[in-house]
Amino acid sequence: MAVYFAFVLGIGVALKRSVKTSTDFFLAGRSIPAWVCGLAFISANLGAQEVIGMAASGAKYGIATSHFYWVGAIPAMVFVGVFMMPFYYGSKARSVPEYLRLRFDEKTRAFNAISFATMTIFSSGISMYAMAKLIQTLRILDLPFQRMGINASWIFDVGVIVSAVIVLAYIFLGGLKSAIYNEVLQFFLIVGGFLPLVWLGLKNVGGWEGLKATLGPSYTHSWVGMANPSTNRLGVEWFGLTMGLGFVLSFGYWCTDFLVVQRAMAADSMASARRTPLIAAIPKMLFPFLVILPGLIAIALPTMPPQTAATSMAAPSGAVGKGIIPIKVDAGTGQPVLDADGKPQLDYDLAVPNMLLHYFPTGMLGLGLTALLASFMSGMAGNVTAFNTVWTYDIYQSHIRPNASDEHYLMMGRMTTVFGIALSVAAAYMATRFNNIMDMLQLVFAFVNAPLFATFLLGMFWKRTTGHGAFSGLLAGTCAAALHHAWTLPVGAIPGVKGGYLAILHTYPSEMAQNFWTAIWSWTTCFVITIAVSLLTAAPEESRLVGLVYSLTPRPKETERRWYLRPAYLGAMVLLATALLNFIFR
Amino acid sequence: MGLDIRVPIGILFSIFGAMLAVFGLVSDPALYSEHSLGININLMWGVVLLLFGLVMLLLTRMGRSSRRQ
Repeated sequence: MAVYFAFVLGIGVALKRSVKTSTDFFLAGRSIPAWVCGLAFISANLGAQEVIGMAASGAKYGIATSHFYWVGAIPAMVFVGVFMMPFYYGSKARSVPEYLRLRFDEKTRAFNAISFATMTIFSSGISMYAMAKLIQTLRILDLPFQRMGINASWIFDVGVIVSAVIVLAYIFLGGLKSAIYNEVLQFFLIVGGFLPLVWLGLKNVGGWEGLKATLGPSYTHSWVGMANPSTNRLGVEWFGLTMGLGFVLSFGYWCTDFLVVQRAMAADSMASARRTPLIAAIPKMLFPFLVILPGLIAIALPTMPPQTAATSMAAPSGAVGKGIIPIKVDAGTGQPVLDADGKPQLDYDLAVPNMLLHYFPTGMLGLGLTALLASFMSGMAGNVTAFNTVWTYDIYQSHIRPNASDEHYLMMGRMTTVFGIALSVAAAYMATRFNNIMDMLQLVFAFVNAPLFATFLLGMFWKRTTGHGAFSGLLAGTCAAALHHAWTLPVGAIPGVKGGYLAILHTYPSEMAQNFWTAIWSWTTCFVITIAVSLLTAAPEESRLVGLVYSLTPRPKETERRWYLRPAYLGAMVLLATALLNFIFR
Repeated sequence: MGLDIRVPIGILFSIFGAMLAVFGLVSDPALYSEHSLGININLMWGVVLLLFGLVMLLLTRMGRSSRRQ
């Protein structure tokens, strides 16, 4: 682990010399080859929440969790590569909000920049919190801490501070390039740490056939039962799934979230930028096996007497978990958390950590934990680099101090990195004190994000869309999401953060169904309002939109002679393979 | 372009691989029957990572020599 940390910092130092202008710092000088960008593209998204959360969902919902990949992420990644990258990269915009400024107007950009900047701070804070909490719960560092004579209650603080300082150091020195290089390193580490875990686990439960026999069809089929919410584990019907998750949420994330788009913008050419998400889609397609299967294996293993560190805490209550997943324990009272029926809930988030402790002996365990830490830092670094770019270019340069020298903005970017990480640490501590506030904030961001893709879709493919239209559409979409959430409730939940605080007009079979439908409503509202207001306001001048809108932009010329590297073919192949995976695991 | 990303990847994985493999060779086999189904996963995976790291370094060298020509 120490070797890894030394390397992480070493990359930052080695790259420091190559950072001379703000473009070097924020966009890595647009000089990164496609495969490196592609791996960073998924690695930035592969934060701790993804690794832990996907295995948790795997244990909870079964292989149907793969919908997040094979219905959600992949088609959206192909779309952004084939259709949207020409405008992002071609317009020379330095950030997603800046594209909005070029295409629409200042207010649309400011709205997006501010909500995005706040969101990145909180998500990196939350992931810092989650990780430090995990290290604390697992008690893996208790022993080394005792040896050094430090009180074990400091583990949380040390975890937060140490990770913050490391991420800070390598971004401060090398900027986006350093973040991208580290993300690639982290990608290989995560694969290197999880592959043997899955292999050992599958061997233990008798392969895929063994899993099928132990868990039964509801866990091992992703599409069977999707016709009706009551016959599948997700509690969603196929329309809500494909439209809500597959169309609105995934396209909204992969196509408009600057966190991921920034990686493609750093590519060395238009062709590389377009290939970035497509290259990323290939490993992404196989990731369910790496991150969802451990969850399935964890739940399929025979339930054991408490052995692992975390289960021993649950032991006094007398209840046992399922597989190697323990009962969820309330941190305050030490009692098991019960659901509405009075049954104890399982702490699915411990699926991956317990798998690591179960299968890895000393040695490999170190690698596994390093991989987990790497995933956490890559997620955090992604948020921080996106934050400092948006802050410096879209808020500072355009509203606070325009026309300063490039050195000034470079300096500002470095300062913002420090500032952003300090804010993330504050957010992490806020999460320990006021968990409900964090839930609320995440909810608000979900409202702001849901309609975004409608704005981009109209902006890029309909030249008549106006700035006023886009802005009012975004506002209306956000309000629609909030209202929909306020009027509906998932079955069995109490009105409050889960929704239904105004009135309960409709109940959904599951929280996931509610989320998907909130997104669908919000998107539709934004789409309709944007069109309506655009038609009522003056059309934008066409000359201003060249390079920003599909019908007014010359098609990028295919210079690549090898047909399999052309975006359209590559995209089609990725989609075909994904369809095949969906079919195999139907 | 500064630093070739394949160099740090190659070195890091070679070190990790070598560390794991050596540990796998000297460690007590009882460790593995308790955890990893009796398989010496340290030795095995250490060798895999070491090979991966060396291939990365090899690719860097090949890439460099082809660029010079």
